[in-house]
Amino acid sequence: MADSLVQENKTPQILPENTLKTLVPPVAVPRAVKPAPSRYRNEIAKYIIRRSSACTFCGKCAEVCPYGVHVLKPGYKLFLAPHLNVCIGPSCQQTSHYCIDLCPNKALKMVENPMLKALGDYRWTPDIILATWKMAETGEPPSPDYNYEYELGASGGGFDRLKFKFPEKPPVILSDDEIDTSLELNRRLDDRPQIKIDVPWYGGGMSFGSVSNVTQLAKARAAVAFNTFTCTGEGGYMERMRPYDDHVITQVATGLFGVREETIQRVRMVEFKYAQGAKPGLGGHLLADKVTPAVARMRETVTGISLFSPFPFHSVYSIEDHKKHMDWIKHINRRTLVSTKVSTPADVDMVAVGSYSAGTHIIHLDGGYGGTGAAPDIAKKNIAMPIEYAVIKVHRFLVQEGIRDKVTMIASGGLRTVYDIAKIIALGADGVVVGTSELVALGCLRCSRCESGRGCPRGIATTDPELAETVDLDWGTQRIINLYNAWRKELVSILKRLGIRSVRELRGRTDLLMHLDYENKPVNPK
Amino acid sequence: MPKKYHIETKKIPRRLPSIGKFGIVDWREDCANCHNCVKKACVYDRYRQETDYIKNLNDINSLFFDCMGCFSCVQKCTKGLLAITVNPVYEHMGSSYFTPDIIATTWNQADTASIPVSGAGYRGKFSGTGFDAMWTDMSEIVRPTRDGIHGREYISTSVDIGRKPRLLTFNEKGILDGKLFSLVELPIPLIIDKLPSKYFFPGLLPVFIETARRTGTMVIIDWENFASIKDEAQRNLANIIFHLDVDKPLIPPEILRQSKLIEISDGANLEKRIREIKTINPDLVIIARVDLDAHGEQRAIELAHQPYIEAIHIVADISGNQVNADKPIFIKDALRRIHTSLVKSGIRDEVTIIAGGGIALAEHLAKQMLCGADLVTVNMPLLIALECRFCQNCRDGFTCPAEIEKISREYGVGRMTNLIAAWHDQVIEVMGAMGIREARRLRGEAGRAMFFEDLEEDTFGRLFGARK
Repeated sequence: MADSLVQENKTPQILPENTLKTLVPPVAVPRAVKPAPSRYRNEIAKYIIRRSSACTFCGKCAEVCPYGVHVLKPGYKLFLAPHLNVCIGPSCQQTSHYCIDLCPNKALKMVENPMLKALGDYRWTPDIILATWKMAETGEPPSPDYNYEYELGASGGGFDRLKFKFPEKPPVILSDDEIDTSLELNRRLDDRPQIKIDVPWYGGGMSFGSVSNVTQLAKARAAVAFNTFTCTGEGGYMERMRPYDDHVITQVATGLFGVREETIQRVRMVEFKYAQGAKPGLGGHLLADKVTPAVARMRETVTGISLFSPFPFHSVYSIEDHKKHMDWIKHINRRTLVSTKVSTPADVDMVAVGSYSAGTHIIHLDGGYGGTGAAPDIAKKNIAMPIEYAVIKVHRFLVQEGIRDKVTMIASGGLRTVYDIAKIIALGADGVVVGTSELVALGCLRCSRCESGRGCPRGIATTDPELAETVDLDWGTQRIINLYNAWRKELVSILKRLGIRSVRELRGRTDLLMHLDYENKPVNPK
Repeated sequence: MPKKYHIETKKIPRRLPSIGKFGIVDWREDCANCHNCVKKACVYDRYRQETDYIKNLNDINSLFFDCMGCFSCVQKCTKGLLAITVNPVYEHMGSSYFTPDIIATTWNQADTASIPVSGAGYRGKFSGTGFDAMWTDMSEIVRPTRDGIHGREYISTSVDIGRKPRLLTFNEKGILDGKLFSLVELPIPLIIDKLPSKYFFPGLLPVFIETARRTGTMVIIDWENFASIKDEAQRNLANIIFHLDVDKPLIPPEILRQSKLIEISDGANLEKRIREIKTINPDLVIIARVDLDAHGEQRAIELAHQPYIEAIHIVADISGNQVNADKPIFIKDALRRIHTSLVKSGIRDEVTIIAGGGIALAEHLAKQMLCGADLVTVNMPLLIALECRFCQNCRDGFTCPAEIEKISREYGVGRMTNLIAAWHDQVIEVMGAMGIREARRLRGEAGRAMFFEDLEEDTFGRLFGARK
């Protein structure tokens, strides 16, 4: 954060007197990892241990287990419910403390948790969810002992068939400190400030209405800790978020809900949302139940009435119109960078180049498999191409046009893990936007009920006060900080294994990737 | 302004106990009776006042199977005794094509006529076979050809069935030469097809007819069944397409004179039969039904070149596969080739191509049209709307566990109408995203479709070489 503020101070001449800058002092959030265990009494575990009636409560298992799975409190006859989420499963068999073998009465039995079948899906497999929870809890990449397969999901294509070709020995030996994960967002070299974020990702747009106050604030606070950004989504910008102004992207979306010049002037980055990956080609949609009085006030609408944003911007039918929009924002806020968020149609490469010519700093591609909020099922899988294809197309076209280094390309839409982040950067993106993963860190298990009734049963994507109370702000902030920290560590480890000093050097390095469905033989460029 | 096409719908509840995806497994043993899960954990209130719910067997099922799978009770249970799993009955529903998820979403749409909406992004496979190997395009900021839609209400889903002249000719006085062919216009690109014989329930015929009437479309009915539904059929000839086997005796002239469309199965006597019917009623539009078997694709192309053919109905099996083939081709691929061949011959606009088989979801309808069909026919999803579980007992001669033969007319018509209305709304959503304002322009609009093979070759193929 300090870095970027210094940069900004160098360009005071471009701040006209009438540009408001927040007077509220920014909040400092330490980037400290602290344990943030699940807020639920029973964490879902990959393996469960069943205790039969042969148990004599001798306490041997509790004595040998270094992870604290079995708990027999002094003075108690019976065991407490086991802490199964810290059990490393069958890989423990290789150690000298495998409780199943050491139990004198053979009363313990380990099985894979049958509930995992009901958890997750092809894209977010139970292993990816459990690994994300583990990272949010500990702030570290999960130990290989847990056997979580989180490099690949089970969707059978795209990210889930791409792997890095890690050399046996890295070509250059680097220490962790030598590896740079930061990303500069302004490549236009215009008069606007440079903004450097410390990690190559920032938080996706989730509006107040689609998610709770606490969720938005937790995201914002984690963004401060990692000197990156979070986005308000469509629907306005709460006063409570003022202290995070320097790390907030406010969105101008097709419904223009909650868009005010005052809020545009507060931020360092404004995002135009033309389309979103959750429902490409359709406007935003906030269902009636979620339009509470507070949401309605912010959006200047009526409580309990569904809010549909149109598609597309009805004032934009050409790149010239797009430029006109962008000029408006740039005029109102002379220090802001502008990002253009589009989905991934067949001509996404043309859209990206057009948007660059209109003056965007960031072209943000949101692929068709992403999204956190409510969307018609028909739009989720069938409209627009997956992000993996789009990034390759756009990167290639920007290179051909000779403007690849003049615009920042951000990808999103179905990225789940830091491996996906590294893969998409290797395919050609500069950085990414993440959304669902942050929610999973807060305890989301993708039951996909975000849209119905009172909203999210886990208290994340809801405006119901009672449900929202189930997430504590400090806990939520810590979980996202922990996830970011684990990701950063893992990213550093990926770069280290590849012998690459900076995440910026990873961009477009498709030679480091292999596709499991292809021969992976050199191809002559056409 | 002409009257808008609108389907009247109302909620039609199910007759049978729900089959939910999740089941709560409750291990009562060792329960401390603290009632934490009962009173607090379930945000859907499924446990609250448990006894109020359970009045009969159905209620017990709905208590357990309306579970939304949020794991709150599992994770909050004081003693960790609860578990959730996927309901095995749910898992075993349907077939590899009509999957449990497709059946469940069809039921939901038939309940309320609303578009299925959910959160948390896409959950499925990256791509798949058949219709899953393509995506529809959407218009972003700039699209020179976009229609500039300003609202869904301006999107038309009307299509025409019949032959169209290659070009219009005018005499010296500037008056149109000759007579135009007759066309039948339907407000929705969907015709209800007859059920395959093994899934046939005679009692459903009046229900199908009434559904066709309410939705403004038409239903294909075997002429052999006319006698059993005579009164109903005669009242609703505007919504019925009688299907006649090419070698069977001709339909009586009085029926032919009152009908708009007739379907005849393909055969050696096809041309003769068409000419006979045209002598009786020259305005009647005749559809030739061609099975998508080993010769189906070629036969459809041949027929399209014949001047006496107005419309071709090419029909795959219920899963969209070629009939009687070891390695069947899928209907969408056959359609693409038929469409392309006719475009190359310069005759695509002259004939109507109707595709049947494999349409299980609204998205399939839109995709099939992008691949070259003018409109599609649908049968099995309408049966599923009546709470069919696709157990295929009827196919094998056993009784139907969903007791479809006992449904009331209002229930059947209501649920099928709801499903068609929900599909209509979804097609409009997709068309809106594509920037297409006319269903007629959706046909063969390959520029608005993206195919898995093409995208893979253009992106990964250029990076990683040949596909294994």
